[in-house]
Amino acid sequence: MSGKLNFKLRLWRQKDKVSEGKFQEVEAKNISPDMSFLEMLDEVNNDLMRKGEEPVAFESDCREGICGTCSLVVNGLPHGPEKGTTVCQLFMRKFRDGQTISVEPWRAAAFPVIKDLVTDRDAFDQIIAAGGFVSVNTGGAQDANALPVRKCDADTAMDAAACIGCGACVAACPNASAMLFTAAKISHLGHLPQGQPERERRALRMVAKMDELGFGNCSNHYECEAACPKEISVEHIARMNRDYGLSALLGTERERGNTGAG
Amino acid sequence: MILDSKIPPGPIERKWTDYRFDMKLINPANKRKHKVIVVGTGLAGASASATLAELGYNVHAFTFHDSPRRAHSIAAQGGINAAKNYPNDGDSVHRLFYDTVKGGDFRAREANVHRLAEISTQIIDQCVAQGVPFAREYGGLLDNRSFGGAQVSRTFYARGQTGQQLLLGAYQALMRQVGLGQLKLHARQEMLDVVVVDGQARGIITRNLVTGALERHEADAVILATGGYGRVFYLSTNAAGSNVTATWRAHKRGALFANPCYTQIHPTCIPVSGDHQSKLTLMSESLRNDGRVWVPKKAGDVRSPDQIPESDRWYFLEEKYPSFGNLVPRDVASRNAKQACDQGLGVGETRLAVYLDFSDAIKRLGESKISEKYGNLFHMYAKITDENPYRVPMRIYPAVHYTMGGLWVDYNLMSSLPGLHVLGEANFSDHGANRLGASALMQGLADGYFVIPYTLGNYLASNKISKVTTDHAAFADAERSVKDRLDKLLAVRGGKPAVEFHKQLGKVMWDYCGMARNEAGLKHALQEIPKIRESFWREVSVTGHGQDFNQALEEAGRIADFLEFGELLVLDAFTRRESCGGHFREESQTPDNEALRDDENYCHVAAWEYKGVGETSALHKEPLTFENVHLTQRSYK
Repeated sequence: MSGKLNFKLRLWRQKDKVSEGKFQEVEAKNISPDMSFLEMLDEVNNDLMRKGEEPVAFESDCREGICGTCSLVVNGLPHGPEKGTTVCQLFMRKFRDGQTISVEPWRAAAFPVIKDLVTDRDAFDQIIAAGGFVSVNTGGAQDANALPVRKCDADTAMDAAACIGCGACVAACPNASAMLFTAAKISHLGHLPQGQPERERRALRMVAKMDELGFGNCSNHYECEAACPKEISVEHIARMNRDYGLSALLGTERERGNTGAG
Repeated sequence: MILDSKIPPGPIERKWTDYRFDMKLINPANKRKHKVIVVGTGLAGASASATLAELGYNVHAFTFHDSPRRAHSIAAQGGINAAKNYPNDGDSVHRLFYDTVKGGDFRAREANVHRLAEISTQIIDQCVAQGVPFAREYGGLLDNRSFGGAQVSRTFYARGQTGQQLLLGAYQALMRQVGLGQLKLHARQEMLDVVVVDGQARGIITRNLVTGALERHEADAVILATGGYGRVFYLSTNAAGSNVTATWRAHKRGALFANPCYTQIHPTCIPVSGDHQSKLTLMSESLRNDGRVWVPKKAGDVRSPDQIPESDRWYFLEEKYPSFGNLVPRDVASRNAKQACDQGLGVGETRLAVYLDFSDAIKRLGESKISEKYGNLFHMYAKITDENPYRVPMRIYPAVHYTMGGLWVDYNLMSSLPGLHVLGEANFSDHGANRLGASALMQGLADGYFVIPYTLGNYLASNKISKVTTDHAAFADAERSVKDRLDKLLAVRGGKPAVEFHKQLGKVMWDYCGMARNEAGLKHALQEIPKIRESFWREVSVTGHGQDFNQALEEAGRIADFLEFGELLVLDAFTRRESCGGHFREESQTPDNEALRDDENYCHVAAWEYKGVGETSALHKEPLTFENVHLTQRSYK
């Protein structure tokens, strides 16, 4: 392979949620172009530890683009410059030798910084807990083939379900809106027959939770779709708005009716 | 110690059904009085947590991740097996049972495997009801594909992201219970000890990974679903955080560790490219439905693959195993790839790779069909290698992927420590010495959705469980021992990051206890590992302090546990002087280099009892009997 690379890193350092943060300049030397961005940071951290200095905190787990843990803003772009790619799958061959690279955490009021480049994305779990599911207990399900699903619907549901919950959509949005994340789940379940009974109620509850948690509104910038490592389409937002509008008109009535009996 | 597997009596196809009737029940109103701790939120942990909460238990779920959805089950690609026989190609519960026992090279319990095969069909029903978007045919019904070690198509899948979709189904069920107030989620909490009171597992000690505070949690029973130990090899397909800590700490408190030497080396991974790598990436076994494995016939043939004519290619799996072809089980495929490379036939810069070639399938089906089936895998391959697999064959090589060994459990999934239950990859029970593809997801969900909800109730109803609070001396003792260990790590202040010791350990494990093992090599490893462990405790650099978000401390703690556990794995491999499944002892092979079992001496589960760091563990044997599948030399020819 080609020769080793050197970079100047500007790493965001922040002690904890309440402290003020600032950039620290660090050299990354002798970097193989075949390293992933995170492996490059591993090397930088090992050098810091050898000097007895604290490594920069950042999160990752699967390192193959599916768990959604890694969450870095690289040169102002969530997950960095390559389209459809998580930062763990971004390789150093995509950068110029000698380049200055800034690395920051997700920036959103609903995702407070825990330390350095690590943020708290618990808000996403809360949105799911509000309605991102089909209410079916274990046991008693009918045979899986009893209910055919049109292939195109199953495929669209899968397109939406591919969301990895990383939060890049929020980090990219000028309003720090969680519309794409929320819409992806609403659209996944809304495209399947299993998701129909709770469709309106789901939209209503998830959107209400999203607003309550301090995420902003959508003003059609579509930065979310551009940043999404799974390239989830903003068309799902239109669907969410339809479901939400419908439930705002009818769903609350229906929901009241549902809880009456029994 | 007598290991009682508690397998119910009766014919194999009646055991689980009859046993479910015989088990004691807990009345719905009393369930909420029982607090249950579940550690881990992967397929097994999330499905167990959700189901137990639905039943009314007071469930507390713990994960060291920021969210339950991050567990490494999410990365499983290919699919999940079930004996639905939708394709009408001859599948049945009995055939799935038979294939799994044979695939495991006759080192699993028949009764457990049969239960797994029975439950497999319910899992698919349950997941579809949750809205898991499995692949479908144009008629709207579910699609299937084939996996290794089977001649039927019984694998359900959601593109190359089956694990993700199944985990999100279980995660959503879990989060629903959180929303309903039935389940308390403790994220960013790492379990560092099990608390034993009067011989029963009654709680855990955790470290809050944000504040560094140690916490005590008590319960009537503890469930571990904390995954496998593949990262003892350092390089593996496991996630950066996957670790042995929870099961190892439970082992130190009395839970026996079974068959640690049964590790799965997966044949189709992207080869190692340099020493900077933090992990290896799997290319799903499903690719072997359409990809053909080959190497050049002549050693040292450096022509590019498109310049090598058919007559100079050796499709070694198709030639040696005509019945199963490219879909032989993983252990067989891996060993053959290694043998080809050992003969100098390997390809690529390092010569440690074989080709996985899709050109025939692309000609037959077209690029768009291949992209629909495997698009995300091809995309991932291209990103990592900077090569386009639609144009040039993939280069693949085996890598550590899954661990069949784990904490010993009985038929109820309870360990030898009463009250401590173990699910999914963390236990040892169903895959014998080799797991078949698409069976890990099946086992994790079977354990969580359909086994533990019954057997846990029976345990709670049949045993006296006295009231315990976290003021009990056992909690204070356990917390102190956790704190002492953390303080000790922080006190070393050496100059080497912990990962350097992890890499050293991994190299010893791979070189001497990897795809092929022999007596001299294993002896050598048993001498080397304690040396690495000693230098770790002298020279490791753990910066910062304990009362903080401190990833260096977390990682060092996990590596310290691997440095103890690795020795047990090698000891088990050394003691088992036969080959079976993924455990290949060079001294024990057939004339054509297949694994040769020694049923006379080794037809047993090896369950190890902890005796102290650096002390030799005590071996307990659970004999395996085969009444429904005949013990034969495995053949896929």
